[in-house]
Amino acid sequence: MTDTDLARLARESGLERVGARPPLGEYLVSVWKRRAFIYTMARYRVQASVEENRLGLGWIVLKPILNALLYGFIFGVIMPSDTRPDNFIAFLVAGVFVFEYFSKAFGMGSRAIVGDAALVRSLNFPRMLLPVSLITRHVMEMVPMMVVLGVILVIVGEPITWWWLMSIPVLAVMTMFNLGVALVVARLTVHLRDVSQIIPLITRLFFYASGIFYSLELVIDDPKLLKLAQLNPVHDFIALIRGYMVSGNPVTGFMWWVAIISAVVMLTFGVWFFWKAEERYGHD
Amino acid sequence: MATTNDVDLGAPAVIADNVHIHYKTFASGKAAGNSRNILRRQRGVRVVRAVRGVSFVVREGESIGVIGHNGSGKSTLMRAIAGLQAPAQGTVYASSRPALLGVNAALLAELSGEKNVILGSLALGHSIAEAQESYKDIVEFSGLGEFIDMPMKTYSSGMSARLRFSIAVSRDHRILLVDEALAVGDRDFKRKSEKRIRDLRERAGTVFLVSHSMSSIRETCNRVLWIDHGELKMDGDPDEVIDAYQAHH
Repeated sequence: MTDTDLARLARESGLERVGARPPLGEYLVSVWKRRAFIYTMARYRVQASVEENRLGLGWIVLKPILNALLYGFIFGVIMPSDTRPDNFIAFLVAGVFVFEYFSKAFGMGSRAIVGDAALVRSLNFPRMLLPVSLITRHVMEMVPMMVVLGVILVIVGEPITWWWLMSIPVLAVMTMFNLGVALVVARLTVHLRDVSQIIPLITRLFFYASGIFYSLELVIDDPKLLKLAQLNPVHDFIALIRGYMVSGNPVTGFMWWVAIISAVVMLTFGVWFFWKAEERYGHD
Repeated sequence: MATTNDVDLGAPAVIADNVHIHYKTFASGKAAGNSRNILRRQRGVRVVRAVRGVSFVVREGESIGVIGHNGSGKSTLMRAIAGLQAPAQGTVYASSRPALLGVNAALLAELSGEKNVILGSLALGHSIAEAQESYKDIVEFSGLGEFIDMPMKTYSSGMSARLRFSIAVSRDHRILLVDEALAVGDRDFKRKSEKRIRDLRERAGTVFLVSHSMSSIRETCNRVLWIDHGELKMDGDPDEVIDAYQAHH
């Protein structure tokens, strides 16, 4: 840009360009300073969803239970039984619950900016607050879900062990991954609304590929293909939770590596990718 | 009354340097967003030049009326000053972050007015304690009474605008942009808000007021910008500019 008289006047008077995207470090500091917003908005949203439906909070846990019932019924009947591990119900319910955690971040993440357009258009704040607040909300909702999962596991005969506590670090790593995913789709949807049409399709793909109602190890014979399927981080998050909570599912170091590396890469990329477009959100 | 080139006013607060703002829309009228590559070749995408090369310097303590017919680009210009819309060309500079107060619907429609007040305040970087402190003032000023506990989607446009205005003036903004928000309030509220704007100006704040109410502008502003088809047609003393504007129509 040429240095006009007005630009010089602005500089001499100490004015700053409006709407300029701050450097990444400064940006993240401004997000951190508004952590009260992140938490409060997440809490309000949970409350609002509770007040809206008669069953309220119940739906948060009821939905995955109904899903698990449905899949259990369908796949328990039509799939050959040699693709299933012995304690199929525990295996399936753990898979569906953990998958739900991912699919919510993926699906609702795409609406994080466009869904709150009125807020984005009327107030100036770091836009990253919205996807971060969404994931915070999911973390809050995950607490009752894990309790229900524990209860179901006990009902179907799984023993309670100290290993169950390992689900906390697993979910913490998965939350990083989810946040990265939400940041990426939140921006993509702003550029191209059509993205939100494809998301259910991709979710379905992940659902079938992540070994939720069957065991990857029992179904895939080709070792190369199996390795490839195991590189899908969603599968590894599910496998880790099963490994610590459902008997007969061994945890491997490989799962942890895929989980941690994918979470760090996804989150780093997501933060950078989202921040790059900070000036463009809400311009339509 | 101060005039445009009065150098004795305060330091510059807002500078618009040759600001151009473009919209991309589908010819059908559906907004296409700002998709850069994929939609470039798509048929029916039309670029609307909403603001075309507007420049001005506004100093502290000025209150600026912005007038023009519907669709002249006034609101778009305000959004650019607030940093909510990036200019296609040119730059807006400001001494502090301007706060825009528009008439668009609720902030978070499913939440109550109370929660919107708290969240709005937190989003702007305030602590929970500060948000709760200003909450009382906001509710009192807005005069919404028990409606403050209802979801914002149940508010009338007037109520919603009152709440926004109250949120905006509750804090000491150095630069406040008011877009038509006064038009929807009732008479009492209008008087109350005009007084707030004058108070703000006296504390060396800067106010932009977009309005179709010439009396409102005459009463609260000491300078008027007339935007016509995206260009700055006239800039000066309120009586002069308003007379010219009314003669033109």
